[in-house]
Amino acid sequence: MQMFNEELQGQLKEVFNDLKNEVTIALFTKEGECYSCEETLGYMQEVSELSDKLTLKVYDIEKDVDKAKEYNIEMVPSIVLLNAMGEYQGVKFNGIPAGHEINSFIPALLEVSGHESDFPKDLEERIKKIDKPVNIKVFVTLSCPHCPGAVQKAHKMALMNKFIDAEMIEAETFGELSNKFNVSGVPKIVINEKYELVGNQPIEEFLNQIEAI
Amino acid sequence: MSFNFQVDLKKGFSFNAASKLSTEVLYDLLIIGGGPAGLNAALYAKRRGLSVGILTKRKGGLLLDTSMVDNYLGIKAISGEDMAEEFLQHLGTLEVPIRDEAEVVEYASEDGKHLLKLSSKETYKAKTILISTGSNPRHLSVKGEDTYAGRGVAYCAICDAPLFKGKDVFIAGGGNSAVESALDLAKVANSVTLVHRSQLRADSVLTKQLYSDPKIRVYLETQILEIIGDEAMTGIHVLDKKTSEEFDLHAHGIFIEIGHIPNLGPFKDLLTLNDKGEILVDEKNRTSISGVFAAGDVTQIPYKQIIIAASDGAKAALAANEYLNQLQVLPSPTLQLK
Repeated sequence: MQMFNEELQGQLKEVFNDLKNEVTIALFTKEGECYSCEETLGYMQEVSELSDKLTLKVYDIEKDVDKAKEYNIEMVPSIVLLNAMGEYQGVKFNGIPAGHEINSFIPALLEVSGHESDFPKDLEERIKKIDKPVNIKVFVTLSCPHCPGAVQKAHKMALMNKFIDAEMIEAETFGELSNKFNVSGVPKIVINEKYELVGNQPIEEFLNQIEAI
Repeated sequence: MSFNFQVDLKKGFSFNAASKLSTEVLYDLLIIGGGPAGLNAALYAKRRGLSVGILTKRKGGLLLDTSMVDNYLGIKAISGEDMAEEFLQHLGTLEVPIRDEAEVVEYASEDGKHLLKLSSKETYKAKTILISTGSNPRHLSVKGEDTYAGRGVAYCAICDAPLFKGKDVFIAGGGNSAVESALDLAKVANSVTLVHRSQLRADSVLTKQLYSDPKIRVYLETQILEIIGDEAMTGIHVLDKKTSEEFDLHAHGIFIEIGHIPNLGPFKDLLTLNDKGEILVDEKNRTSISGVFAAGDVTQIPYKQIIIAASDGAKAALAANEYLNQLQVLPSPTLQLK
């Protein structure tokens, strides 16, 4: 099943000209019943074919247990992005990043490739100062236009500090987890499984919450 | 199962320096807000030859939260997002720099220049500014609303509808957006109950659909007193205004669609407002500060509609242009104050 039409392929190829270094897309799926695993695989295959700098590696959460453990994979489909050194920097997508979430997935590829974007200095300093493990879950739906903004911010923070791990979670795919965190509005941001922010908040709000932990 | 892609190439992927706003430049016009009013103002200003830029929290503004638009002349039916994309592409051809996710938190004027400071600390300057910051969803202001925000209480039907698949939901409100949300939710939810404190004021095309949808129940003259629940919301406590009876209704969520309040930001105490908190403008979109214009939903202009906001933005840009032309002839009143 073809996911991208020619126009989108062309647009993405152009965007991928900005990829600096190589990026590995590590996709975890499993055999048997898995909502959207097949589509996510097709999507990732098509993406990785659009640039020489992109490589796709496909793992099975049940067979490649060590790899899954290394990247803290707990559900499928799940995607982690690895930099040119093959390092996992805390950029993860749980569920297919289609719909509006392509707008968080593509920038994540660029940033993991080493593309730097403008960022206020004072915020950067605050992010770099964080010295305890922080997990940021951003619950989204694919029809939510302002969700990718929240996902991008969380991923950006993860790239700046190795203590921070940031994951998009598609709320429909992972209904049980969404219920556990009472997700009824997106984006919903859950920090260390405990502290909640609702809506696409500015990075300052993420930081205020994290610094208060 | 099929997935589509709503690609917004300009938003997330733009690393192009040419389209960036500069803090060094003194712009003819800086527009705050990227909804229909601001975007159309930019189009008109650019075509008049003004140097113009946009600072916005969200490109497209409230349009992005609108599921379907079918009352914009010449466009029979389009999703809010697609319409925003069309607007942005149109502007893209004119290379208007837009800074996204930018919140203006301070305003100052200095030697006839208007200075806008962002929450991220940069300051931009312009000879004129246009406030087209639109509005945000109004809250019910009842007990439980904040407690259950994101735990049942929702304000964006297109974002959050998928989370209520097979569940029971309330809609609070009686205008077009409330009825549209009820119809949208009825496609996925188990049941939809619309609760409104007075009579419906939505278009009759919509109310007809509302009453013919078997999944939707309607309570009019019914006031919501409290949102109740435990971990998450479980229902609402209401007052039937005709019988003065109070009772509880149960559902998993509530979408609040009771209108909007203007986004004034730093201008709250600086400009003359009406009693609804909307910026008062004259027929040429001038506010109480010289060189500061306002347009669209943030002003007192009635009937908040996309086409009205867009046309108001056009008018404001032309007025700003006229003001700038006069500045060249006459010394500006702001300069004289100094």
